[in-house]
Amino acid sequence: MTPRLKGWTLLLILVALHIPVLFAGFFAPYSFSQQNRDWSFAPPSRMHFFDSYGVFHLRPFVYAIEPDVNDPSGYMADLHQIEPIRFFVHGSPYNLLGFLPGNLHLFGIHGSDRVFLMGADAYGRDQFSRFLYGGQISLAAGIVAAALSLLIGTLTGAFAGLYGGWIDDAIMRGGEIFLALPWLYLLFAVRAALPLHITQWQVFFLLAAVIGLIGWARPARLIRGVVLSAKERSFVSAARAFGGSDFYLLRRHILPQTYGVLLTQMTLLIPQYILAEVTLTFLGLGVGEPMPSWGSLLSSLQQYYVLTSYWWMFLPALLLIPVFLAYFWAADALQEHLKSVPL
Amino acid sequence: MSVARRHVLSLSLGAAVSALCAPIVFGESAGKDILVASNQPGRSGGNLTIALRSEPKTLNPALASDASTLSVIYCMGADLIHINRLSQRTEPGLAKFWTSSRDGLNYTLQLRRGVRFSDGRPFNADDVVFSFQAYLDENTHSPQRDLLIVGGRPIAVEKLDDYTVRFHLAQPYAAAERLFDGFPILPGHLLEASYRSGNFAQAWGISMQPGQFAGLGPFRLKEYVAGQRLVLERNPYYWKQDSVGNHLPYLDEITFLFVSSEDAQVIRFLSGDTDVLSRFSAGNFQALERQQAGKGFHVFDLGPGLEYNFLFFNLNDLPAEKSPDLVKKQIWFRDILFRQAVSASIDRAAIVRLIYNGRAAPIATTATPGNKLWIDSAIPPAAHSPDQARQLLKAAGFSWRSDGSLVDSHGNLVEFSILTSSSNEQRAKMATLIQDDLSHVGMNVHIVLLDFEAMVGRLLDSFDYEAAISGIADGDADPNSEMNIWLSSGGMHLWHLNEKKPATSWEADLDRLMEAQLVTLNATRRKRLYDRVQEIVAEQLPLIPLVSPDVLAAAWDRVGNFQPAILDPNALWNVDSLYVR
Repeated sequence: MTPRLKGWTLLLILVALHIPVLFAGFFAPYSFSQQNRDWSFAPPSRMHFFDSYGVFHLRPFVYAIEPDVNDPSGYMADLHQIEPIRFFVHGSPYNLLGFLPGNLHLFGIHGSDRVFLMGADAYGRDQFSRFLYGGQISLAAGIVAAALSLLIGTLTGAFAGLYGGWIDDAIMRGGEIFLALPWLYLLFAVRAALPLHITQWQVFFLLAAVIGLIGWARPARLIRGVVLSAKERSFVSAARAFGGSDFYLLRRHILPQTYGVLLTQMTLLIPQYILAEVTLTFLGLGVGEPMPSWGSLLSSLQQYYVLTSYWWMFLPALLLIPVFLAYFWAADALQEHLKSVPL
Repeated sequence: MSVARRHVLSLSLGAAVSALCAPIVFGESAGKDILVASNQPGRSGGNLTIALRSEPKTLNPALASDASTLSVIYCMGADLIHINRLSQRTEPGLAKFWTSSRDGLNYTLQLRRGVRFSDGRPFNADDVVFSFQAYLDENTHSPQRDLLIVGGRPIAVEKLDDYTVRFHLAQPYAAAERLFDGFPILPGHLLEASYRSGNFAQAWGISMQPGQFAGLGPFRLKEYVAGQRLVLERNPYYWKQDSVGNHLPYLDEITFLFVSSEDAQVIRFLSGDTDVLSRFSAGNFQALERQQAGKGFHVFDLGPGLEYNFLFFNLNDLPAEKSPDLVKKQIWFRDILFRQAVSASIDRAAIVRLIYNGRAAPIATTATPGNKLWIDSAIPPAAHSPDQARQLLKAAGFSWRSDGSLVDSHGNLVEFSILTSSSNEQRAKMATLIQDDLSHVGMNVHIVLLDFEAMVGRLLDSFDYEAAISGIADGDADPNSEMNIWLSSGGMHLWHLNEKKPATSWEADLDRLMEAQLVTLNATRRKRLYDRVQEIVAEQLPLIPLVSPDVLAAAWDRVGNFQPAILDPNALWNVDSLYVR
């Protein structure tokens, strides 16, 4: 596979991972807040093709589950109740992308039973649905924070690189202070001081803003490096000699050279910031219940008995791995591509 | 000597002497100044480590109100008459015996002689007089002050001689002996100076020097490292012995580790860092129970306790200019129909099943099933009926939009936040269940999790909250321990603090009933009065009762004499007779 084909394939994989998250309403069988209190900590539904009589079913099915008589916290399958998986079912209503109402779901089962692909949490909420909806928050927070970080980083790095002198020193030292502050403790203090009434949107933007604001220093340093080398290039000096203003030089000649770096940084920062959002929500500083995020899905693992008794609660953590790998490989492919393209 | 003779005399002449003039005598036989404890003898030496959920806020007994602070202070102080947490009956403490006058207005306590504080200075009646003066002083703002107000007047203490004090009550007081538990005697020689200069409330803060401390309890302060641990060491002057003559306490040191999350506490218990585990969830109980065989520890389920969890709304008087949104919402919160609707929407059975694995009981009022002597069993269980909730809301003038959200009579969307402590997993989960329950009647609820100290600050100081979920574990099974909750002037009258006079007629009723039961000596009449209190609480719902969890404890087998009890402090109540094998 040529590097170019490889690059495009990886990009497609990345986009493909985001589609179910973006259209979570359709791909998820249930809403993220729907509690099924009779199925607290239900294990992942097992798919069968052969029933207890040995008969083959073309359509995969799950058994209805009920509380296990021998183990008060477990469940057993009722072998007489077969629930086939149906595709394109009508279920709970949702708003795709926030404004397109719908109630068609990719798969589901009829009746009052439930199919839990990734098991259920303490309130009986479907973890698979919550994983998809949670991805919206986590991925969006990562992307918004990365964009914010890069915006600030580019502006500050460009000014620092272009003007040098005390502006450069001030910006770089400022960045170092940002890197050195104990953010976690500050965030807890900020959370306690916030007014009680913050809407979920405000929390989300605050979260993304905080993560983005903390991390501008590293991209700033990189952009500054690129700008420092770019401003010595001959065509830049020529443009300056012809009377180009600083702003013109930046816009027309210098910043275009940073695009490659920016793009690579973006693909590297997004997973880092997703992880930051996951960490903050895991610790209780993110969007509140019932809105899921990948961090809140994992936060129940802080409880010892969940950690040891309900293995499916780990699955969101395992599923983060392919997402991050996709980003890192895309970043690698991008760097390869940029190396081969002369500036 | 003369005291012993008096005691013997009253026994032999008891039949002949008229009941009118014979005083009523309690306590153990006179003359012994060391108390001989009845526990199984153990071995001296060793260190016990136990985890605390939060750091103690103070070491001043007059200002303590939260569980962690009280656990530590319990180990460092001693009271005049003590309640045995297992038998729930009173027994002699620093008072070796006591008599009461027939009219129940005067209690004369005979103090132990030869007892010294942990710094070696002698203990006598002056310390008792000073202590109660400090507890009762309004400037101290002690949360427990109301427990000492009888018949509208604070109890009066006078010194008869160096080892005799007399307490005078304005009215006869039911269970008067139980009054004294929880009021450790303070050293006059160290604290009187700061009291006279008005600085008593600042004395004995958490970072006090060990040299500044003196107490009569089994342990004294050794070391406090902020954020990590508080260490107590044996009080060499402790006034108890076991039946074979060993001086108590057995332990050399107690180390309190600050481990703020329950799960971290469970892990540290399993790894052997701590010896005793209490106040943990049913989920962890299940996990521990599966592992206990052969590991060397045991878990104990003591059945329903005295703790009750509740949801309540902010009904404090707030200036409208400073918090206009909150004041507008209080119009809903103050409506009894609104509170009843909220209570009817809550699925308590789900809370018991999902959060406590069945190891809890749903409650309709604040007296718990664990309080067998006082619970009013005539109160019907709290119903879970969203339909009834909707009817109540309609009657209160609320209505629903087409998308199902609830609006009040002015068209405002009903939304509010519920505050709870992030370190209490059960209450945080209760909040999620309640949020879902209330969404079924159209209320939009946000959950705000704050760390415990920030939450307590909002509940007791700034009143900057809308609704909150919290819990109270009564110190004693007797209704008198709830005085400061139900009295409108009480320090724990959580939903509406600092009332100059009762804000509603039912709060005035509560005042009247609680004060009446305080002075009623007839047990049946007292029960009827307290039953009425429970009925009012179940109707008016200043606190919406949710569930009462079972008391659970665990300890490594190396801890000897471990006998957890339902009353707090459930694992450490007999700390002076705990030992390490």
